[in-house]
Amino acid sequence: MTNHWIDLKNSDCILIMGSNAAENHPISFKYVTEAQRKGAKLINVDPRFTRTSAKADIYTALRSGTDIAFLGGMIKYILDNRLYDEEYMKAYTNASALVNPAFDFKDGLFSGYDAANRKYDKSTWSFQADEKGVPKTDPSLQDARCVLQLLKKHYSRYDLKLVSEITGTPEADLLTVYKTYSATGEKGKAGTIMYAMGWTQHTVGVQNIRTMSIIQLLLGNMGVAGGGVNALRGESNVQGSTDQALLWHIWPGYLKSPKASDTSLAVYNEKYTPKSGDPRSANWWQNYPKYSVSLLKSFFGENANKENEFGYNWLPKTDEGKSYSWLDIFDEMYKGNIKGFFAWGQNPACSGTNAGKNREAMKKLDWMVNANLFDNETGSFWRGPGMDPSKIKTEVFMLPACVSVEKEGSVSNSGRWMQWRYQGPKPLGNSLPDGDIIMELGHRLKQIYKEEGKFPEPIRNLKWDYLTDGKYDPHKIAKQINGYFLQDVTIKDQTYKKGTLVPAFAMLQADGSTSCGNWIYCNSYTEKGNMSARRGKQDAPNNIGLYPEFAWCWPVNRRIIYNRASVDPKGQPRNDKRWVIRWNGEKWEGDVPDGPWPPMELPDGKPNPEGRYPFIMQKHGFGAIFGPGLADGPFPEHYEPLECPVEKNYMNSQRMNPVAPVYGTDADAHATCDPRFPYVGTTYRVTEHWQTGLMTRPQPWLLELQPQMFVEMSEELGTLKGIQNGERVTVKSARGSVQCTAIVTKRFKPFNIGGLTIHEVGMPWHYGWRWPESGTEESVNLLTPPTGDPNTRIPETKAFMVNVVKG
Amino acid sequence: MSKSFFIDTTLCTACRGCQVACKQWHNLPAENTTNRGTFENPPDLSFDTYKVVRMREQVIDGKFAWLFFPEQCRHCADPPCRDTAGEPSAIFKDEATGAVIFTANTKGLDADEIIASCPYNIPRKSEDGTLAKCDMCIDRVHNGLLPACVQTCPTGAMNFGDREKMVSLARQRLDIVKKAYPKAQLVDVEYVEVIYLITYQPELYHKNVIAMNAPAGMTRQMALRKMFRPMTSIASGIL
Ligand code: SF4
Ligand code: SF4
Ligand code: SF4
Repeated sequence: MTNHWIDLKNSDCILIMGSNAAENHPISFKYVTEAQRKGAKLINVDPRFTRTSAKADIYTALRSGTDIAFLGGMIKYILDNRLYDEEYMKAYTNASALVNPAFDFKDGLFSGYDAANRKYDKSTWSFQADEKGVPKTDPSLQDARCVLQLLKKHYSRYDLKLVSEITGTPEADLLTVYKTYSATGEKGKAGTIMYAMGWTQHTVGVQNIRTMSIIQLLLGNMGVAGGGVNALRGESNVQGSTDQALLWHIWPGYLKSPKASDTSLAVYNEKYTPKSGDPRSANWWQNYPKYSVSLLKSFFGENANKENEFGYNWLPKTDEGKSYSWLDIFDEMYKGNIKGFFAWGQNPACSGTNAGKNREAMKKLDWMVNANLFDNETGSFWRGPGMDPSKIKTEVFMLPACVSVEKEGSVSNSGRWMQWRYQGPKPLGNSLPDGDIIMELGHRLKQIYKEEGKFPEPIRNLKWDYLTDGKYDPHKIAKQINGYFLQDVTIKDQTYKKGTLVPAFAMLQADGSTSCGNWIYCNSYTEKGNMSARRGKQDAPNNIGLYPEFAWCWPVNRRIIYNRASVDPKGQPRNDKRWVIRWNGEKWEGDVPDGPWPPMELPDGKPNPEGRYPFIMQKHGFGAIFGPGLADGPFPEHYEPLECPVEKNYMNSQRMNPVAPVYGTDADAHATCDPRFPYVGTTYRVTEHWQTGLMTRPQPWLLELQPQMFVEMSEELGTLKGIQNGERVTVKSARGSVQCTAIVTKRFKPFNIGGLTIHEVGMPWHYGWRWPESGTEESVNLLTPPTGDPNTRIPETKAFMVNVVKG
Repeated sequence: MSKSFFIDTTLCTACRGCQVACKQWHNLPAENTTNRGTFENPPDLSFDTYKVVRMREQVIDGKFAWLFFPEQCRHCADPPCRDTAGEPSAIFKDEATGAVIFTANTKGLDADEIIASCPYNIPRKSEDGTLAKCDMCIDRVHNGLLPACVQTCPTGAMNFGDREKMVSLARQRLDIVKKAYPKAQLVDVEYVEVIYLITYQPELYHKNVIAMNAPAGMTRQMALRKMFRPMTSIASGIL
């Protein structure tokens, strides 16, 4: 979230699309209903009428996988009716920047497409620059090559009729949503988006969010109270796990994983440190080497020094153009290229897309370690449905981990708050906190590598001193993450003593004199104490629910990021009632501003050379309406999912995202426009279960509420197939089949897709054969497809094709 | 002063946190359920289930609505169940809170008659004839805590406190909600400690939302008056 949970109450219009917040983030509705009680409008767009829809002022349905068409139509509506916030757009976004004349878009493809390799050469996706490298602009926004004009051209195709044909949403409903949401473009009004996996889990996942980001920038909704782009994270610490680089393509704090071609630390730092020739662009990533070197110092301590490039070469590098995501790991495992596997706090036999392939893949392992609270479908895959244990060689070890409430440590919520938790009950039996398991693993590895081992340096040199009295000490880790001065360091007349905690990331150094396990968390645990353990209930002076002394928020306790965009160029709030920051002539008041610099303009309206553009993480300082960084294009474009019900994409000649990965083993079957699989399928969660259900399916009170795997379908489809409400049916895809109880309901309606009647059905993903005891309630991921987003490789589990049959 | 609930169904998301919290606080066993083509489960109140969130799909004036109704005992001002039992050691009203309490001594009474006397069809019997229902979490309330269901409600749908405060909160909220839903009403507010705000006709939510239908020839108000005296006459001098 750019904003945070409480801030939802400040909104004038909340769009819930790509999430089902009432069911899956029930606590968020404390603030959603508070906003509604103050008069805010709640809009919900979802293929199925959910418990969220039941509370919405406006509800409409769209076919799964067509969000870009829906939102692209909104961009067109905003532009056609000039509903954008012009002052904001001109001052804070790249709307006026002039784009490279060679940049082009034709019939679904951007310039630079390499069909053989299914990827783009992105060199033309750039700006026309002056001699300092600063983008040229046309402040009048008239130049045909300026971002706004290109945006207009791009979305001119997204008219109501075509959008309605693609999405299945009636034109009148599209208009109502567009009109209501666009009203937040008025100065002083705020609109927000609450999205989750309904947007991310598509072959166009990142671009779904990009489309909404463009809308938010046009309407001036970024940086303001009640605005922002808000991802509702699907698990209580998933924000923390991403921040700490659970994903393969990043290092902690969203630093880049190095590639094989980044042959030295100098090359690596040079490549990922952007340079701006504009003195008014803060270009915050210019500090990159401070963060990367401090991170290496936190990994390798005293063993990291200038001579050995702070241990840079001890870390793995990725091969050029190769991806190492979840999908790729199981693909390689299936091909027999992976011998050992730690399934840590995960249940890929149920949670991964195309889970049947994952289960087969695990047969090829020599060993697997299942670190989890309980045994699950993964640890017991060898005795699962269709498995012959006598033919499976994989040796499985179970490491019992204790549950989160049995250990001390922090979780980071969707609003970026790091919240410290004390230990409740003691771990049961011989279960241990994950930290203890990992520490022990590290000690054993170090022991082995002391004697021998290929490439032993990373393990021998690893700093591994986080025990107190023989036990994992979360405070030691939290301090390591915050960072230390490793020698006396003097910054602007102040000397920080060796061994003290770094007060904030502005003090981190690139010369090895500081360590920091994650620069965005620097400031969380300082000489003043553990900031995340604070429980102060005093609000900030602006009284908008920031509660700055409750827990701690990255970065540097800033509760609303990009908040310099909430003021006009003179530093005065664009909304007096819900101001976030304001300039009092000498300093900023309110939230922690995005940097200390004064406003962009002096009181007399002249530019202040000391001022900085608000979007400080962007090289040029502007909100990116034109966003050249992604794998699939600087403007989002509608493509159909890998499996879809239409022969062709009505928007362009590329049926699916031309750069989305599709896996190709015999277990990766897929079928589009195939009469065997005529219905759109989607997956989702229910309030009553959690993730793959490992913690909820064995819980009798929760199983009582949602006892069985189900499939929801319209009454029309029920009639068509002769399926009665409550009867058992089988849902099939090109990859597998699952038994479900049919819920035949008015909450699903058939879609009119360009004159065709298209049915959609939906299933929850929380089940698996291990529990309930009947063994009949299986994972929906046996059905889901072998593809994902080209940027993140998140799988496309929200839109695929199935059939439903009786029995 | 007695205690009341104000349950604002316009805010209820049917998350069912209240339903589970009730089971947890009373340590009630889960029932063996199946999916019956609906999210609603268990199918009904029971000896082991004091609260069920009803979920109804309705088309109202051509528009689809999914109506949620967290059903529980209303803690009637003048409870017919108590009068029918006529045995204070089995069913009594706790004066401090207004909670209507069923004890183990309900075993041996005419359970079916007591159930039939309840205008909201709430009490349920065990195999041995003992009766059970919501007890207002009286142990919690006497110790200054909110009832478990209220404590857990994330949306503000469930409220609990002194009756006067709850009634005024309910009326304020009704005024606002009426602007969008002219048919909104507070259900049987004068007669019960559990005040529901609903926006459509009661029967669309569940069959026992209002005190059960009166016999022929009597208006509902008359039936109510016959069935039990309203809060105002009982609490006169306090309210
Ligand atoms: S906890 Fe509150 S919102 Fe959830 S079902 Fe109960 S009354 Fe409704
Ligand atoms: S609702 Fe029924 S059970 Fe509850 S107090 Fe009234 S009569 Fe008794
Ligand atoms: S008041 Fe207590 S007993 Fe009654 S429904 Fe709520 S939690 Fe259950």
